[in-house]
Amino acid sequence: MPTLYEQLGGAPAVEAAVDLFYRKVLLDDRINGFFEGVDMDRQIAKQKSFLTMVFGGPVSYSGQDMRRAHAHLVARGLNDGHFDAVVENLGASLAELGVAAELINEVAALAETTRADVLGK
Amino acid sequence: MSSANSPVLHWEDTPVPCLEGDTALEALLRAGIAIPHSCRAGACQSCLVQAKSGAVPAAAQQGLKDSLRAQNYLLACLCRPEQDLTLAPPGQGVRIPAFLTEADWLSDSVLRVRLAASEPLGHRPGQYLTLFRPDGLGRSYSIAGDDLELHVRRIPGGAMSNWLAEAQPGDAVTIQGPAGDCFYTPGDPTQPMLLAGAGTGLAPLFGILRDALRQGHQGPIWLYHGALNERGLYLTTELQAMAAEYPNFAYRPALLDRDGPLPELISRDHPKLNGWRGFVCGDPTIVNMLRKRLFLGGMASRAISADAFLPATLK
Ligand SMILES: Cc1cc2nc3c(=O)[nH]c(=O)nc-3n(C[C@H](O)[C@H](O)[C@H](O)COP(=O)(O)OP(=O)(O)OC[C@H]3O[C@@H](n4cnc5c(N)ncnc54)[C@H](O)[C@@H]3O)c2cc1C
Ligand code: HEM
Ligand code: FES
Repeated sequence: MPTLYEQLGGAPAVEAAVDLFYRKVLLDDRINGFFEGVDMDRQIAKQKSFLTMVFGGPVSYSGQDMRRAHAHLVARGLNDGHFDAVVENLGASLAELGVAAELINEVAALAETTRADVLGK
Repeated sequence: MSSANSPVLHWEDTPVPCLEGDTALEALLRAGIAIPHSCRAGACQSCLVQAKSGAVPAAAQQGLKDSLRAQNYLLACLCRPEQDLTLAPPGQGVRIPAFLTEADWLSDSVLRVRLAASEPLGHRPGQYLTLFRPDGLGRSYSIAGDDLELHVRRIPGGAMSNWLAEAQPGDAVTIQGPAGDCFYTPGDPTQPMLLAGAGTGLAPLFGILRDALRQGHQGPIWLYHGALNERGLYLTTELQAMAAEYPNFAYRPALLDRDGPLPELISRDHPKLNGWRGFVCGDPTIVNMLRKRLFLGGMASRAISADAFLPATLK
């Protein structure tokens, strides 16, 4: 059974999705404050890890890693609404790339599994 | 990590104590070993050293050209030793002797320096070199052309820029390089290009521009040179003449007091940048703003090359 990551098209699909997704995030006033002042090269590399991860690809982040990566954002007020906004932008980007609705739902479900860790609950 | 299994660092034959979280540069400097360094962020490459044995952390080779990677060179400021490591100064041929041939002022504050090297550096215009004074102080400068032309802004109290301002033709220096990926790559001669920077950020852009025109680039090329006011511009006569000669080249001096912030000006001129190639160079804050603006305008992240002129930091 191919992973979702493979079904979506592997590394090249991630490449294409990163620019689209990150552009949407930076333009979304609900959440772009969290990304202010972050070096773009580093951030793009991290977006790649983010997408590879929610696509179920070869990136190994533990729940602890997710907690650590977002702890300083939780301290700044990161909440469920922000999380929903990120998942929404992700879905919109994938839809724009022509990914089928059921695959997008699978991606959203995978992202959902990280909610507690990302929000430090 | 317990001290029992802390990695052991050596400088040639001398053991160097390495505290947890230390970079190799910090450990070496604390031990009194005079390693040249400037940005402490992997940009200037002045802290280049060679690993004689031990595993080189991949992160410590970021931005190094392949030939240096293959010889186990690394940047000490990016190296957090994971295992035992023996480091040594760069070997023969990595730093080459050069001397100043000419220096003249392009404006009140920008000095053009030309160097001649003992052997070709093999650079592309727009890349940068690391320049060392005889006492070992190192700073990076972008290369504005085929020959080793540098544009150096004189910084009040600046060690290297003031030394260069007083230097005489014939004075000896050492150079290392080239480095950086801000240079013209042929391949799509009709792709529109946008070059933007402030101050001496013009140096690499001027190199890239001349290279692109000489290689017959046909697509539009827009050059934005930002400055606070007229006095911050330089090479205006040359750039205006080039714009008159090449119909595909547009020169846009951008004065903060007249045109407002450079990123907004670019957005007004070019609301859509899909399919463009971009180069942004100079002051790190401006580079970050420009890069973000080009990206939001639709330029692909991999189509944007940036060189931030990170200053030397004490810590
Ligand atoms: C990749 C790269 C390329 C570069 N290319 C160029 C180039 O083409 N032309 C060029 O002029 N410089 C360039 N620089 C910057 C250059 O390497 C030096 O940092 C700069 O010339 C100052 O060195 P200095 O020894 O004169 O000043 P220093 O002795 O290092 O600094 C003196 C004081 O001035 C401050 N300072 C340093 N830079 C600035 C600044 N820009 N504005 C205000 N204060 C400052 C320092 O923090 C310090 O307090 C580049 C840097 C990098 C990393
Ligand atoms: C959908 C669930 C999410 C996942 C799977 C996820 C995943 C990741 C990953 C893998 C990293 C890189 C960690 C590293 O390499 O250091 C990261 C960093 C980051 N994430 Fe998330 N993330 C999620 C939600 C969010 C949300 C909701 C926000 C804010 C609105 C956010 C903002 C950030 C920021 C700003 C960083 C960079 C931190 C820094 O470098 O300072 N993330 N995330
Ligand atoms: S690259 Fe190490 S000090 Fe600049």
